[in-house]
Formats: sequence, structure tokens, C-alpha cells
Amino acid sequence: MKSTAHAFKHNVHVALHDERLQRALHKAGGGFIDKRRAALDELPEFEALRESARAIKDHTLAHLDEYLEHFEAQVIASGGRVHWARTPEQARRIVVELCREAGAKRVTKGKSMVGEEIAVNEALEAAGFEAVETDLGEYIIQLAHEPPSHIIAPAIHKSRQDIAELFREHHGHHEALDSAREIVDEARERLRAAFLSADVGITGANFLVAETGSAIVVTNEGNGDLTATLPRTHIVLAGLEKVVPTLEDASVLLRLLARSATGQAFTAYTSLFTGPRRAEDGDGPEAFHVVLVDNGRSEMLGNEFHDMLRCIRCGACLNHCPIYGAVGGHAYGWVYPGPMGAVLTPLMQGLGEAGDLPNASSLCGRCEAVCPMSIPLPALLRRLRVRQYAAGGGSKRSRWGLAAWAFLARRPRLYQWAMGWGVRVLAALGGRRGRLRRLPGAGAWTAARDLPAPAGDTFQKQWRQRAGRGRG
Amino acid sequence: MRVALFVTCLVDLYRPRVGFAAVNLLERAGCQVEVPVQTCCGQPAYNNGDLDDARAIARQVIRAFEGFEHVVAPSGSCAGMLKCHYPTLFEDDPAWSDRALDLAERTHELTAFLTDVLGQDDFGAHYTGQATYHDSCSSLREMKVHAQPRRLLERVDGLQLKELGDNEVCCGFGGTFCVKYPELSARMVDDKVARIHETGADTLLAADLGCLLNIAGRLRRLDSMVRVYHIAEVLADMADGPGLGEAGDQGKERP
Repeated sequence: MKSTAHAFKHNVHVALHDERLQRALHKAGGGFIDKRRAALDELPEFEALRESARAIKDHTLAHLDEYLEHFEAQVIASGGRVHWARTPEQARRIVVELCREAGAKRVTKGKSMVGEEIAVNEALEAAGFEAVETDLGEYIIQLAHEPPSHIIAPAIHKSRQDIAELFREHHGHHEALDSAREIVDEARERLRAAFLSADVGITGANFLVAETGSAIVVTNEGNGDLTATLPRTHIVLAGLEKVVPTLEDASVLLRLLARSATGQAFTAYTSLFTGPRRAEDGDGPEAFHVVLVDNGRSEMLGNEFHDMLRCIRCGACLNHCPIYGAVGGHAYGWVYPGPMGAVLTPLMQGLGEAGDLPNASSLCGRCEAVCPMSIPLPALLRRLRVRQYAAGGGSKRSRWGLAAWAFLARRPRLYQWAMGWGVRVLAALGGRRGRLRRLPGAGAWTAARDLPAPAGDTFQKQWRQRAGRGRG
Repeated sequence: MRVALFVTCLVDLYRPRVGFAAVNLLERAGCQVEVPVQTCCGQPAYNNGDLDDARAIARQVIRAFEGFEHVVAPSGSCAGMLKCHYPTLFEDDPAWSDRALDLAERTHELTAFLTDVLGQDDFGAHYTGQATYHDSCSSLREMKVHAQPRRLLERVDGLQLKELGDNEVCCGFGGTFCVKYPELSARMVDDKVARIHETGADTLLAADLGCLLNIAGRLRRLDSMVRVYHIAEVLADMADGPGLGEAGDQGKERP
């Protein structure tokens, strides 16, 4: 998808005034938070698990080349193939080529954020294939021609009524459905037909296991299984960082994933796919491919954003972010929203395109506090700001303001003289009202707030005056 | 015990009474309080990617506060900067990293210092009203302060504490964030104000002046009846003057 991250401020304005979106966000809001809390309350070893998970990922990333090669060898040993894609273009070309090889017409898709990242659906359609999303949320936004607004709940911005209307329009009946049950039943009916007639199934992977060459996919709808096992060819799309050494390691991460994401102890389906069907298998694809996507990840491996590669895409940082909660995912303008997106989007789309995202955060730290992989998201956002500042980014006005303030802050005597004047002027303007409604140059503050007036003399001045009288 | 007050730039410029309240509490708990010449902790530079200025300001603070047994700030945010972020700023600078770590070890947020280090939670204060307490993000998550201010407020005669809903959620201040993204910040402070009104409290307290200026600014704009003070003002019995942004004599402190 084409990024609109450069228009973040405009997107925010639109989102804040979109009543339907605000209602949907409000409704979804606390649910994830409460469910996660309840799940963790029943898991006293959460902190210990979190430490093990971090250690597993750090170890894997430190030896990523070895584990990826081992993974490839195991995939080949089980009869599959691994394809390496440095760029989204390469990844799209590989997928399209594999679909052609399979003689495909219809392609079913399990939910895949890497699929969104490389815009695989657009590439498939441009090449003449019919791509059908099979995760209910993804299916809904595919009908609406919209990108996902949440990494685990892609249609969270849609109300039941929105979905009923979409179905009426696209499924060609006259009356909108009213219950969630009817909506789900109708989607199931449509998707069953797609599952049974698909030639290629594309899924993402939550984890890749080096010791077995397996791809692990978790879903709550079982659509991943039907996408992977019914068609002749199964293609797994995954970022390079998804590999873990062993099944044991994957099980530690799985214990954190669903709890952090939806508050479930485990998702309804956790499936391991290893190679194509064997002679003794009852079902499964004839061909099994894994497309490993780099798209900037190997660069992150060696720089100050290394920690971001631990991300397991649970969405907890989105669910706990006050910015995400206020505007939803689309305002971020690209595939990944929320705090993790504010880090990844500038790294994948460039700071020129997404320069607002790392700045649009109060650095409140709640994302880091809930992250099961202990990713220091506020620190990563700050590091992006450092890059931006070094490259001369940001508005002239804010750079100037900051430079003038820093010049004073580095010179205590001058600072106290200048600030002393400043607060006296503000105090005089505030007078006995104790606040200012408007102040030239402070419109960003006073648009929604009064400015409480300062008292008059600074603390330090009053303190030293008293010390002069023999106190202090 | 020789204690240096890191008064914070906002208290210094906006609300000197909070500084005097902090001194009052520390002195009554037996500390000898000094106030080294200071400007700011450097967060505006640090959070805007200007590490050179952030380091220059940090070196200035480290120098000014060397030799004191403890450094106390009436703010979780500024204390967090000294304690958590100065060591990060100098992690690759052997000449300064030890000095930064030394300051970090001696730095405390005011309410945590009073209760945990000095073992005092009753200052004999009186305040008539129902108050709710806002945890600043830095206090809560960087300084791990949660129980301490509540313990102190429980001992204030006449004060009934009402817990604030969504207390882990940011008020939308965020330093320069609030003026760089005013619409987002306004939405966040509106949510916070709604939670405050839901408690039915007549007073909002916090230990960070940044949050307080933001929330008080919004409350005053909405002509809310909720009054706003820094927790130190209540604990030191100095909450008898106008609250933040209120009309009245804004003049000098009575010694």
C-alpha cells in the first residue's frame, strides 16, 4: 500500500472527527487491556517467561545467519524450498512466479502482516490471480479496499453495522444482516467455497523453527489450516527475524503471544507446518515454499534498532497506547500502527515519509511496560528523533526554539536573568486571574487549555534572597 | 543529612511554592537542604534528539550536584531523567559515565524519598476535601513510585482519597509533545479530565508540575470546579492559596 504517513497530522485530525471510528475505538478500547490483565494475573511466572523469551530472541539474533541456514537445510530435508527476498519487489516476484508454476487461478490467504508489508495482494491481482483473504477481519477489509488498522484485529475500526452493509453490497442480497452470528455464517459459507477451490494458499508465520524446518501459525478461526493444507501449494511468507532455534523455544514465546495479544492462554489453533505432504499423510500440499523477507531487517540487526527485531507482533503496545487509542491504526498511514509501527514505518519507509510517527508520542512508556519481549520502544522512538535531528529534520520553528532554549539552559546565570524576566511578564499578563486564555506564539497550548500564570519571581531568586537574610 | 533540591525548571519558574513546600518537608524530616544553581534537567533537548545539548546540560547538573548525600526532585519526570537517562547519555563516555551513575544512585523522587529513605509518612497536614491523585508516567514506570504518595496522603487529616480510573494512562503532556501535536494532546487531557470528574473529587494532586499544568490548564478552560495542587503543597500545609491557574494573589511566598 502507498504510505500516507507523511500526512499524519492531517490523518489525526480526520480520525479525531470521524464519529463512527471514534465509536468503534471506544467500544474496542478496554477489552484487550482487561483480558490481558486477567490472563497475566493467572500467570505468576510472567516476568520469568519474559526474561527467557528475551534471552531466546537475543541469542537467535546474535546467530541469525546460522539459524536461518539451519532452517533452510531442514526445510529442504523435509521436501520444501526456501526463497530469499531482500526487497518487497523480489518477494512479490517470487510469490507471483510460484503461483504461475502452480498453474493457479485462485489464491487463498491467511492473515500475514509481511504480506501487507510487501503488498502481495496487489501483486497477485496485477498478475491475474484472484486473491481471497480468509481471516474474517482481513476478508472484511479486503471487501472494503482498506488496509488493516490493527496487526491482530485488522477490522477493529469497523462496527457490526459497517460489516453488515459491506456484506449486503458485495454478497448481493437486499437486507443487511443484523446479528454477529449471521455475519459469521455468511462469511464462512463464502470462504468455504474459496478454500475448496484454491490452487495456492499463502500464510504468514508466527515462528519458524530451525531444528525442524517448521512454520508455526496461530489463528482463532482455523483459516490458517484450511489455507495451508487444502491447496496444491503452500507458500509461507515470513520476516527473517521469525526464526527460533527449537520447538522448546517456540513454546516459551507462544505462552506469551496469545496472552499479550488477546488475553487467551492459547489461541484456538496453533499449527505446525513442516514440508509438503508425505506419502503417509491424509492431506497437505504437494509443494511447500518459505519466502524469507528481509526488507531492512538485516540492516536493523547491526544498528541501534536491533531490539525491534524481537517483536512477535502481539499488538499489546497498540492496545495500551493512548495515541493509537485516540486515532486508530489508519492515521499512522502504513501497515504497522501504534508504537511498534512508529518504529518500523520510518525504518522501512524512511524518516522523510514517516518523520511524524516517532515524534507523535508523549513517551509515556506504557508500551514498553506491556511488551512481552521487553522492547524499549520509547528509547527506539528517541533514537529515531536523534537520527532526524542529526539530519536537520523537524520544523525550523521548533529547531530554533530548542536551540535558543538550550543556549540559555547551558548558561545558568544568563538563563536565570532571561527566565526571570519571562516569568514576570507572564505573571503580569495573568494578573489576578491567575491564567492566560491566549498568548501570542503559544496557540498550540492555548487552543484547548488555559496557561496557568507563574507566580512572579522564580524559586531560585526567592531562595537566594532569603539566604541573603540569613536563611538557607 | 545534606540534601540537594533539584527544584525542576517548571517549579522554579511557575510554582515556587512547590519548591518551598519540598524544602519544608525535607527540613522537618531532619535534612539540611541546599539548592545548587540550576536550570533544567535537559529533557527537552534529550527528547527532541539533540544529544549534544542534552549532554552539556547533564554535565552541568552532574557537576552542580556532586558531593550531596542525596538529590531530591519534586517530580518523577526530572528525577527519572537524572536517574534513568543520564547514565544512558554517557554510557560510551568513560570520563563521565561513573559520575552519571553516581548521581543516578543518589537521586530520588520527593514522595519516595520522604517515605522510603526518611521513613516519614505523617507530616501532620490538614486539608479539607476529596482528592484524587494522578500518577505521572515517569513516576510510575521509571521511578516505580505508586504506593508512596498514597501513603502520605492517607495521613493528611480531612483528606479523603478517591482513586483515579485509568491511572496508568498518560495525561497528554509529554513535554514538547503537547505543543507539537496539540490535537492529540488535547484529546488525551480530555480523557484524563473525564476520569477526574468521574471520581467526584474536588481536588487533583500529582507530584509532577508538567502534568499538573496541562491538566489544570484544561480544567480551567472548562471552568471545572476541581482545584489543582502539587502533593508537596498539601503535605506541607501550603495549599491554602490559589490552586494552579486559579484567580487570587499569585505573589511571593510568605516565609
